[in-house]
Amino acid sequence: MRTEALTLNDVTIDLRQQRILESIHLAVDPGSFTCLLGPSGCGKTTLLRAIAGFTPLDRGDIRLGAQSITHLPPEKRQTAMVFQSYALWPHMSVGENLGYPLKLRGVPRSERQQRVADTLQRLELSGFEKRAVTQLSGGQRQRVALGRALIIDPPLLLLDEPLSNLDAAIRRSLRGELRRLQKSLGITTIMVTHDQEEALQMADQIVLMRAGQIVQVASPQRLYQHPADLDTARFLGVDNIVSCEKEDPANARGATQFGFRTRDALVNASLNAAALNRKGRVSDCVYTGDGYQISLSVNGDTLYATSDSPIALGAFATLQVPASALIPFGPDNRHLPPLDRHEDIA
Amino acid sequence: MKASTLLTQIGLGLMLGIVAFIVFGPLLNLAMWAFAEQWFYPNRFPTDWGFAFWERVFRPRAGAWVSLFNTIIVALLAVLLSMALAIPAGYALARQALPARNVIMLLFLLPQAFPNLPIFVNIAAIFYQWGLNGTLLGVVLVHSLPGLVYAVWIATATFATVDRSLEEAARNLGASPLRSFKDITLPQALPGLLAASIFVFLDSIDEFTGTFFVGAPEITTLPLLMFNASMGGNYQVAAITALILLIPSVGFMLIIERFLKADVLSRIGR
Repeated sequence: MRTEALTLNDVTIDLRQQRILESIHLAVDPGSFTCLLGPSGCGKTTLLRAIAGFTPLDRGDIRLGAQSITHLPPEKRQTAMVFQSYALWPHMSVGENLGYPLKLRGVPRSERQQRVADTLQRLELSGFEKRAVTQLSGGQRQRVALGRALIIDPPLLLLDEPLSNLDAAIRRSLRGELRRLQKSLGITTIMVTHDQEEALQMADQIVLMRAGQIVQVASPQRLYQHPADLDTARFLGVDNIVSCEKEDPANARGATQFGFRTRDALVNASLNAAALNRKGRVSDCVYTGDGYQISLSVNGDTLYATSDSPIALGAFATLQVPASALIPFGPDNRHLPPLDRHEDIA
Repeated sequence: MKASTLLTQIGLGLMLGIVAFIVFGPLLNLAMWAFAEQWFYPNRFPTDWGFAFWERVFRPRAGAWVSLFNTIIVALLAVLLSMALAIPAGYALARQALPARNVIMLLFLLPQAFPNLPIFVNIAAIFYQWGLNGTLLGVVLVHSLPGLVYAVWIATATFATVDRSLEEAARNLGASPLRSFKDITLPQALPGLLAASIFVFLDSIDEFTGTFFVGAPEITTLPLLMFNASMGGNYQVAAITALILLIPSVGFMLIIERFLKADVLSRIGR
């Protein structure tokens, strides 16, 4: 089946008199990998379930390619979903789990067996056909669930936190594996996750959601460097916010606040002049493996910075952030477009 | 220390002995009656043993065979009817967010809450008007009444334990609602549904009151046969009937016990 583009237009969902999703507009390119990212309760899973057909819309339209699937029941949508719990059928073997979607489509037994064997081979699970799904490890279950979804050759793949039930090491290796598989199949994929690292590593496009609304749609690089507002920035690990002062590097017109990440802030380093400087007293110094994390008390606020060497508590220190690492925000807490120096002069 | 341990053990032994006597005493007495040919007061044990009464009970004219047949047929039909109603009802109660769910569940308990004698008398009166008295159907209906209570409650609990995402996965991959119910939900719920069937079956096997009011004298089941024999002072026949009554119960439990084993269960529904 050809992979398809997905278009959401004004998708709105109310559950028990409560608005869960508010007028979602989104375009997903065919063959791309999109992550729905946000804190729990932001509506990202509801949005995924709405695309799969498990949550009815109160308003709006969902299109797969040119066809509207808004009013189709789940079984007619051809959207293959991998559930967070994997939802493998425990009364069926691995082979039967994989073969069931084909059985539903009336694929003859011999062809079914062939395709199941092919899928198992692709998932590096050859020989597992007769195994009970309850005997598999978490990572194996995850792969079977993925294989079961892909065996119908769907135009759209939906992943609901597919890696969240796995331990950290397997999760990291599966991220790459999943992404490679997706690229080789060229299948349009939407993945829900609350893990920003996962989204940044895997996605072509990240849809950042909060309180039932889309806050920002951007590439991982763009989102990481230019979060749309302060809350988004905090969610993406921008843990320091300072008010602007006169002598700060002016990299955006009208910026009232700067955000920066701890690893971009250095203590007692010799940077060039075009940097943000703050003096303060060291209130804490913690070894992190790569270096030391210094807590600096500046005018009653605590700022975090990194240092190669430990610094005595109570000592005065200077924190410096290179201008390129500063994220400017306006008085409304929204990101301001960063100005190129040349544009500034012109 | 040692003395107290000994005392505890003696106490435990005594307790077990008393419990065993309470449980097995009447059964032992029953077993003796079944094989007693002569047993008059004040003898503690039968004076003459034999199978003479067995032969009497199983004489074609005595009606034991017909009663046994009736008992089993009625029990099987009551299971079928109860489960046919309880499966959709239990599924709806477990899955749909029905506003009055708890009220409905309590309503199902209502027939059990009342003393059942007046209920059966009234059912008999209604069935008489409908011409259901003395028919197999009438008896099956009366047996399904208490059966439904067990069946609906157990079925609801069972369906509630079936992970919803298993059904959703089937729907997502192309199964219609009915197909997903048949292929996914039903096999998952099978152990609970079988348990519900056992309850209905065993309840029907020794149901007496309803059968007495609705079925008698046209439809005789084993409990009715036993009642008649006991009332007539024929303890041998009553005891033999009781032992026969054990056959379908034990048989059914053996079958179910086999089915309830996990490895067998996992093969059902393939």
